[in-house]
Amino acid sequence: MSPAVSTPSPALLEVQHLTTAFDTPQGRLLPVDDVSFVVRRGETLGLVGESGSGKTVTALSIMRLVRPPGRTTGGRVLLDGRDLLALSEREMRGVRGAEISLVFQEPMTALNPVFSIGDQVAESLVVHHRASGPEAHRRAVELLESVRIPEPQRRARDYPHQLSGGMRQRVLIAIALACRPSLVIADEPTASLDVTIQAQILDLLREMRERFELSLLLITHDLGVIAGMADRVAIMYAGRIVEMGPCARLFDAPRHPYTRGLLASIPGRAPGRRLRAIEGSVPHLASLPKGCAFAPRCPDRFDPCEGRPPGPASLGPDESVRCYLHERADASGTRRESNAAG
Amino acid sequence: MPLVEVRRLAKLFRRKRGLGLPTEVLRAVDEVSFAIDEGETFALVGESGCGKTTTARCMLRLLEPTSGDVLFRGENLLSFSRERMRRARRDMQIVFQDPYSSLNPRMRARQIVEEPLIIHRVGTRAERQDRVAALFTLVGLDPQHLERLPHEFSGGQRQRIGLARALALNPSLVIADEPVSALDVSVQAQVINLLVDLQRQLKLTYLLIAHDLRLVEHVSDRVAVMYRGRIVEMAPKATIFSSPHHPYTRALLSAIPQPDPHATPGRIEFDPAAIDLDRPLAEVTPGHWTRGE
Repeated sequence: MSPAVSTPSPALLEVQHLTTAFDTPQGRLLPVDDVSFVVRRGETLGLVGESGSGKTVTALSIMRLVRPPGRTTGGRVLLDGRDLLALSEREMRGVRGAEISLVFQEPMTALNPVFSIGDQVAESLVVHHRASGPEAHRRAVELLESVRIPEPQRRARDYPHQLSGGMRQRVLIAIALACRPSLVIADEPTASLDVTIQAQILDLLREMRERFELSLLLITHDLGVIAGMADRVAIMYAGRIVEMGPCARLFDAPRHPYTRGLLASIPGRAPGRRLRAIEGSVPHLASLPKGCAFAPRCPDRFDPCEGRPPGPASLGPDESVRCYLHERADASGTRRESNAAG
Repeated sequence: MPLVEVRRLAKLFRRKRGLGLPTEVLRAVDEVSFAIDEGETFALVGESGCGKTTTARCMLRLLEPTSGDVLFRGENLLSFSRERMRRARRDMQIVFQDPYSSLNPRMRARQIVEEPLIIHRVGTRAERQDRVAALFTLVGLDPQHLERLPHEFSGGQRQRIGLARALALNPSLVIADEPVSALDVSVQAQVINLLVDLQRQLKLTYLLIAHDLRLVEHVSDRVAVMYRGRIVEMAPKATIFSSPHHPYTRALLSAIPQPDPHATPGRIEFDPAAIDLDRPLAEVTPGHWTRGE
């Protein structure tokens, strides 16, 4: 969230024109459609979207964990300049969990119920040949301690069902960090947790980010979580990134009508006042409109929106918007106000 | 007289732990008292397992409370016969959290909304059809879609069907149990606006059960915070949000993620061991009750 005065740090992850398709009886669906973004070293990029926006499939595509009938059909995923999509499956197994880790939403199903949590943390060290036997166990206990699990020595022998939801999420974070990855992808890491526990897990992620010099790709629908965690934000809608920019700019001066609508939909910003809701509902990928996917719900739509989807327009380094309003504003040299056409 | 009054409500669950071990007693709801005035939106907030949903279920006698009283328009619901309770439920309806599992997938939207009218033998067939169409319009659904099945509607539309069904019998009290938490952010606002509009239009009284404090701040008049089966603090909304008194309330409010990148994080932690739930509720300022020190 520092001002953009210094040169940006080098890119750790570069996602270029990533496209993942699902062939279904309704035809080919594109849950990830020409998605490009960069995660810089030490940076947290927030990826925001509602159900069906493609944010989780984006994460799975980066990890090459998309299952048939889904398949990544185009683009590049560069980690430190190396294209993960070009690696063999064997090479990719060496990347997953070691260089990039994934923290899932549901801490109950992501853990194996029949192994102790100590064994599960140790396993990730063993799999990646970082340690074995008593040494792996000792490091597992250290990791449990670093994610602030009380009495880690004793707790290491516990099974997942003996832990609370918050504690299980801490275990998942310990597993994710075991091999000191440079990038952690956290997919709704706090969505199933109570608000006080959520705050503790977010604090833990912040602390781990500092301590292990992590880059974080944080996937969530909650703009409150994003505001407190992200340096930059990408907003996804129907498989595409519709707006991307520094966190503060995005909240203060959103450019895309969808981003504006999302912010205006949050209750509690002006108690008692009527919310400016977005009309309609999130479209199904099988029935997307021909033009901009948001056009049917957009208060600012005009002729070009129904033609074909707008391309991404650059607003500066690492900053873009996919909206014809922006092109029009550029052409006329004036900045439109959000409600002028509403 | 308040529309509904809950007095020292308690619901205990007993769990046998095994041979020779004493039975474990879980106090899911304990010493809960509050009153809701006509036309008011009263929110019960707290985290999972705090007893807020159990409280609501006991009020409707979907669960039998262990002790306490529930007065509705001055009459004690707990003394009602089954038949009388069945009739009383016309006036108190519940909207559930999950519009995906709370609607029968094999019933058409029309049948779902009409069912309570049939059960309570309201009107002729033709009158019921008119009523269902009117309810559809009321909640912002297209009456052309009456014959559709639940899966043909989006989540937000399904929650509207649930609302139409709840409103079919003209209740005065609507209990809304996490009414928007299963919906997409962009759709939540529509349903929140609808709840507010319907309240004005139909003079409804709401008991809102929610964990989302931003929603609670937006719509409610008064708020009660529950923790481990007890109300730890109760006050008009503005008071709770501007000057929370109880350590748990303070921790809970400070934990809400603020959708503002410029907000200064000022999280307050609380120590569960330091919270004395047996301390009596005391009135610190008029209408502001707390179990805090």
